[in-house]
Amino acid sequence: MKVQVYVTLKPGVLDPQGKAIHHALEGLGFAGVDDVRAGRFIELEVADSVSDADLDAMCAKLLANTVIENYRIQRA
Amino acid sequence: MKTAVIVFPGSNCDRDMAVALRTVTGRAPAMVWHRDTALPEGIDFIALPGGFSYGDYLRSGAMAARSPILAAVTDAAARGVPVLGVCNGFQVLTEAQLLPGALMRNAGLNFVCRTVPLTVANSQSLFTAGYKADEAIDIPVAHHDGNYFADAATLDRIEGEGRVAFRYADSVNGSARNIAGVLNDAGNVLGMMPHPERAIDRAHGGTDGLRLFEAALGVLA
Repeated sequence: MKVQVYVTLKPGVLDPQGKAIHHALEGLGFAGVDDVRAGRFIELEVADSVSDADLDAMCAKLLANTVIENYRIQRA
Repeated sequence: MKTAVIVFPGSNCDRDMAVALRTVTGRAPAMVWHRDTALPEGIDFIALPGGFSYGDYLRSGAMAARSPILAAVTDAAARGVPVLGVCNGFQVLTEAQLLPGALMRNAGLNFVCRTVPLTVANSQSLFTAGYKADEAIDIPVAHHDGNYFADAATLDRIEGEGRVAFRYADSVNGSARNIAGVLNDAGNVLGMMPHPERAIDRAHGGTDGLRLFEAALGVLA
């Protein structure tokens, strides 16, 4: 089974990379972009026996740094 | 005085750290591989060196913080053994939750590599007792992810408890409140982005890092 994990910076945490991407989009002439936040997408292939609690522990222990990041888990 | 340097795949300041420890103690440190599960018996001081452990995969320090030797480092830290993490070592200590906060990409996005002025914010810790309060010192930095972040409550708490060891005299990387080095609540774990091990020899441009090792290793004159 495929599991998709989205790791994003918490609101209020400054995102220098998102800012740089934003500037680059403006440089390319794209107007109307108000803000850009960059995150990370991780796809796992797991056995059906892997529980939601297991997935949550994987995110909390390694895939995200919960000091600065939130995560969202989606079973595909 | 028994010291150890933890070596991760991608560490690149481990030898500089070893030279600093040998210079100050007169005895070569044990170089402990990340896969090892135990530290040498009776260890007195542990250093986590700078570099790019695991190629900075996932997040700087994230993989190293989950390597087998970190359990032993965590146990030693809980027993009160001094632990110094420099640069990537600081990132590893925050990822291992031995220190609060996180180190994010530099605000200017550039890799910063130069000698910077620091202020000694706490001159009472076992690492900083060789400095005077508010002393200005010069120590090199070389990092891409040195932008210290913690929420406001955490920043207030560590400042109130005197756990900010060093501050940048001027903004270097966007760090919250110009924090360059942080202590744990017991005061025996220090993480800092600047490299004191690169400032122990006059021929390399300065010796302001020497007193940190002399104080922490108990050989202060």
